Order: sequence, then structure tokens, then C-alpha cells
Amino acid sequence: MSARDLNCEEVIERLFDYLDQELDAQQAADIDRHLHRCRDCFTRSEFEKRLRARVAAAGTASAPPRLQRRIRHLLDQFNGDESDTTR
Amino acid sequence: MSLASPFTSVPTARPQRQRRDASGAAMKFRDAAQRRQWFEQRLEPLLDRLYGNALRLTRDPDDAEDIVAEAVGKAWTRLDELRDARRFEGWLFHILTNTFISEWRRRQSRPKPAPGGEPPTPDDLDIASFTLFQQLHQPFLLWWASLEEQFFNGLLQEDLQRALDSLPDPFRLAIVLVEVQGYTYLEASRLLGVPLGTVRSRLSRARGLLQKQLWEQAREAGVIADQGRPGQGGSPP
Ligand SMILES: [Zn+2]
Repeated sequence: MSARDLNCEEVIERLFDYLDQELDAQQAADIDRHLHRCRDCFTRSEFEKRLRARVAAAGTASAPPRLQRRIRHLLDQFNGDESDTTR
Repeated sequence: MSLASPFTSVPTARPQRQRRDASGAAMKFRDAAQRRQWFEQRLEPLLDRLYGNALRLTRDPDDAEDIVAEAVGKAWTRLDELRDARRFEGWLFHILTNTFISEWRRRQSRPKPAPGGEPPTPDDLDIASFTLFQQLHQPFLLWWASLEEQFFNGLLQEDLQRALDSLPDPFRLAIVLVEVQGYTYLEASRLLGVPLGTVRSRLSRARGLLQKQLWEQAREAGVIADQGRPGQGGSPP
């Protein structure tokens, strides 16, 4: 497939596929090119990128010490089981 | 003046695509102590993200702790299946997600919902077409950029979590899998056991719902005043 000039509507339609890296290389390059020269679509794209960075950040939360202790205890138990079976 | 290009771009902070399979050469450990140390060293820096991912998936701190503990236990016992140490992270998060999904599906299968079709979206007035951008971006007004700043500055992590948690499960999971965890649409469709087209439509509705929720929260908090005029209650920049 060769390079194609997209209009703004087509770009916005595919913007999330583009941001999610779901497009093939050619389609992504077509969007890149449009974003490079269209300030409106570029601004929209930057806005969505900024928002999804915040969404992605919602996937981090301080693990409570209780959980850390629980995991240590769990691994201790497994270790104990394993040394039992090798004995 | 020439067209400003290239424009300055914010760095993409989307989650990294992960190799989640466990192929490659088998890892060897000298003894149990070294295996344990190796595991804990890699686990420790991932724990906040594991727990955060689990919270977004389950919405409940106790359930989140349970699935993290379960996933860590599974990873530990299956560690010999992991062939490439560099894939530990993707592999571990995938175990976490699978742990959640199987439990979620088990719970889903109990009361049978009405057959066929998508679950209804609350306030289903073409929600997929709602965009925050359009609410904040009013090109004929000069201060739109500051309105956007105001929105982002006033947007706390808790606000985002609350908005995400408010989405009905099918929409929430689509957006968490793709935007928080970095799964491809195809991976998400396999995990959720729905066709690819369903993942797409759920994602687009999820985004509309999320943005609408954020917009409403921002207005309630006074970060954004009615009619899109800047409010007084925003957090300082
Ligand atoms: Zn454009």
C-alpha cells in the first residue's frame, strides 16, 4: 500500500487505533504525516495522549505493607514445602 | 509565518507492549536461595504496579491483594516455565490478568444476563461520540489552552480512579486492559472471550463514558465552570 493523504475526519476516526498502535506501518505513517502539518488534529492527538498517560498512571498504587508481608510469608511457605519434598 | 511544524509533542506514556510468552532458553538457578532472591529482586519494583493494576481490575482493595498474592504464588511455582528472564514482567502481569479474568468469568456465569447484544450503557445517547476535548477546546476563545491546563492540573489521580471505577464492567475492563495494561485489541478480545469488533465498540464507548464522567466530576469540583468558563475552585498549577 502506498502513502495516502488523509483528511481530518479520517484521522480523527483512526486516532485511537493509532495511539493504541493498532495500525499497520503504512496507515500509521499516513497519520504521522497528517499530524505533522495539521495543527487541529495534532492538538487533539496531544490532548488524548495526555489524558491516556493519566489513565495509564491509574494502574500504579502503593502496595500496602500487609500485602508485602503476605507475599513474603507465601514464598516462605513454598520454600518450606520444597525443602520438605527434597528431604 | 510558516506552519508550525513539527509541533512540540508530549511524550507518549502509553504502557509498553509486553512479550508475555515464556519461550526461549530455560533459566537455571544454583539453589533455592538464589531462586528466591532472583524472584524477589524482580518482583519488588513491580509490586506497586501489580497492585495498582489489580485495583483497577477488581475495584476492591481486598480482592486486589488476593489476586496479586495468587498471581505471585502461581508465578513462583511456575518460574521454571519462564524461559527468558527479560520477559518476567510481561509474564507476571499476564498471570495477574488471567487470574482476575478467570475469577471474573466465574462470577459472571452465575446469574445469566439477558442473551445477546451489548450490555446497556447508562445514558446511552451515542456516548462514544462524547469528547472532553470538544468541551475544553473552543477555538474561538483565546483561553481554551488554559482551560485544558486547568482541567489537567485539577485532575487528581483519585478522580481518574473514581471515573474508571464508575464504568460498567465490560467497558471498564476494555479500557483497563488496553490503556492501563497495554494489551492489543486482539489480546483483549481473547482475554474477554468476545469478538474483536466488540472490543472496539466497548473501547470507544468506554472512552466516551470515561471522558463524560471526568467532565462531570471536574464541573462538580468547580475545576471547570459551567459553559466551559474557567472556574475558581481549581488546584494551583
Ligand atoms: Zn487534520
